[in-house]
Amino acid sequence: MSSPTATHAATVDYQEVQSRPEFQELKRTHRSFVFPMAVVFLAWYLAYVLLAAFAPQIMAIPVLGNINLGIVLGLAQFLTTFLITAAYVSFSTKALDPKSSAIRHELEAAGVGLPDETPTAADTSEPTPTTPAGGASR
Amino acid sequence: MTAALTSSTPLAALPRLSASGEEEVLSTEVGSPWANIGIFLVFVGVTLFFVLRASKNNNTAADYYAGGRSFSGTQNGTAIAGDYLSAASFLGIVGAIAVYGYDGFLYSIGFLVAWLVALLLVAELLRNTGKFTMADVLSFRLRQQPVRIAAAASTLAVCLFYLLAQMAGAGALVSLLLGIDSHAGQSLIIAVVGALMIVYVFIGGMKGTTWVQIIKAALLIAGSAIMTVWVLALYGFNFSDLLGDAVDRTGQEALLEPGMQYGLDFLTKMDFLSLGIALVLGTAGLPHVLIRFYTVPTAKDARKSVVWAIWLIGAFYLFTLVLGYGAAAMLNQEDILSAPGGQNSAAPLLAYELGGTLLLGVIAAVAFATILAVVAGLTITASASFAHDIYGQVIKKGKIDNKGEVRAARMTVVVVGILAILGGIGAQGQNVAFLVALAFAVAASANLPTILYSLFWKGFTTRGALWSMYGGLGSSILLIAFSPVVWGAETSFFPEVDLALYPLTNPGLVSIPLAFLLGWIGSKTSTVLEDPAKQAEMDIRSLTGVGAEKASEH
Repeated sequence: MSSPTATHAATVDYQEVQSRPEFQELKRTHRSFVFPMAVVFLAWYLAYVLLAAFAPQIMAIPVLGNINLGIVLGLAQFLTTFLITAAYVSFSTKALDPKSSAIRHELEAAGVGLPDETPTAADTSEPTPTTPAGGASR
Repeated sequence: MTAALTSSTPLAALPRLSASGEEEVLSTEVGSPWANIGIFLVFVGVTLFFVLRASKNNNTAADYYAGGRSFSGTQNGTAIAGDYLSAASFLGIVGAIAVYGYDGFLYSIGFLVAWLVALLLVAELLRNTGKFTMADVLSFRLRQQPVRIAAAASTLAVCLFYLLAQMAGAGALVSLLLGIDSHAGQSLIIAVVGALMIVYVFIGGMKGTTWVQIIKAALLIAGSAIMTVWVLALYGFNFSDLLGDAVDRTGQEALLEPGMQYGLDFLTKMDFLSLGIALVLGTAGLPHVLIRFYTVPTAKDARKSVVWAIWLIGAFYLFTLVLGYGAAAMLNQEDILSAPGGQNSAAPLLAYELGGTLLLGVIAAVAFATILAVVAGLTITASASFAHDIYGQVIKKGKIDNKGEVRAARMTVVVVGILAILGGIGAQGQNVAFLVALAFAVAASANLPTILYSLFWKGFTTRGALWSMYGGLGSSILLIAFSPVVWGAETSFFPEVDLALYPLTNPGLVSIPLAFLLGWIGSKTSTVLEDPAKQAEMDIRSLTGVGAEKASEH
């Protein structure tokens, strides 16, 4: 059962860490980016789908040669997806990673490991002597 | 190619089209099944080599389910693209654009935008919190047993629906590409595909599966890129001219605007809306996508994976736009529709039109590789879910060593593989296209609400999770069971009896909001409070990745 608390609770008080200002700051920074962004791209996608379903005549408005508004808006969905992706990468590298790694290093120094690590880690760290994959299955 | 062999080719009767668009009936058949088979065998050989190489180090559960968490972000991103871009997205979307024009393009946008949900809200937090499966994360701070069982049930349901659709599709693809028309012949090929998949996953585990997916993604994207440049070059890289030709050739002005497939009446429009929502919210709840986030050492690599996957998948869907309209501009509609496989044959026919037998062979082999890689990914996900969640954690209560868990996973692979083969043979000729939509709807309603709630809402409880997951899963299946897919319409299983109480063919429009609502009501009415310490731990782990990176060290 994944109860890391049994092994690690003694070393780390998660609720105390959770209430620290630097963790709250990390959480706020993360949510202040991903929540509004998610609302924006979902609304923009939904608007596009509704337009395609219920106002195809708007999509048919010609823009350039045979390229109509529908094609332009569709390609714009691709473009915004790429832009939001790039924006998130740069935001998380600059604003999130330094904050989260500071807390992570501190907790790892205090001995926090994987959740439910106990059986797996023990098994993986000692190289299985003879029968690997194939042998186990027979 | 001897006459005896070619005469069995269903495409043999098709006229070859000249580049000018005039029909010239040639005596040559479209492609040669032997070339297709030959190129496919080369793919099998190469991937088997990688699978065998990968199998040398498959001792632990982390090796078997998560490829030892040894893949780089770029490798994993490519594998995600290989996992995600099914034959339905390649043959299906190109064909849909060629025949229904803009409506085919609409699918691809949903499939792509969906990745932002995974990138922003799910991938990194999930990687930080769990070990192998979605259930690891969902049961983290709630009551283990019931939540794990529910998560495993919906994982297995999604995998099975998706698997069945892929296997049945394999049969249709065979008739299209290899000229095997008979029921027995198609069944044999489904069995071969299934057996190959069992071998890959049984021996190679996640590492082997990942390599198959990487190779397949490279082939699929390179193949479609070559065709795209080729088509564009024929039009002097003027996309507008290509669109104009597509309209001229088909004589359908409407090809460039939405509505040819879904614009019929109010219900079809609502159906499209439902599908669009299920696609965009379902992707980040697809278990075979989620499990891929555990194959990288850190959350940062999980982020890199999704970014790379978005670029590849986005580029690929842009190619399908050109290929779809290219097929409309360079082929006759009647030829596409009368070919075995119907609109799915647009991409292979276009390949033949452009590059003759060799390019058709390559594209055919790529299509097979696509099915193989996707079914392998689904099978390893199902086996991880059963062996790790149900057998290891619920039945054995976590008291199971790595050897035992890997053995259980391998046995599950064989069982799932045999079920997939039997199901695929049974589903042949049935209209199973709805199964993919159903898989997305279940993923969006049974999985995504609970994933988001447990990652972002402190007040979420076990009751909320169970209500949401079972409510989402149950309502999706029930709505399909009482929809025109099953009753009353021409394409239904029972065309004569109209028991379709739900008018749409996609349940998402109802089941997704319902699942979100049930999760909220269930949590609000809970009498048992969840452990705040576990909630704090999950909060911290998900955002910081404490301890999670150590998994890469062995």
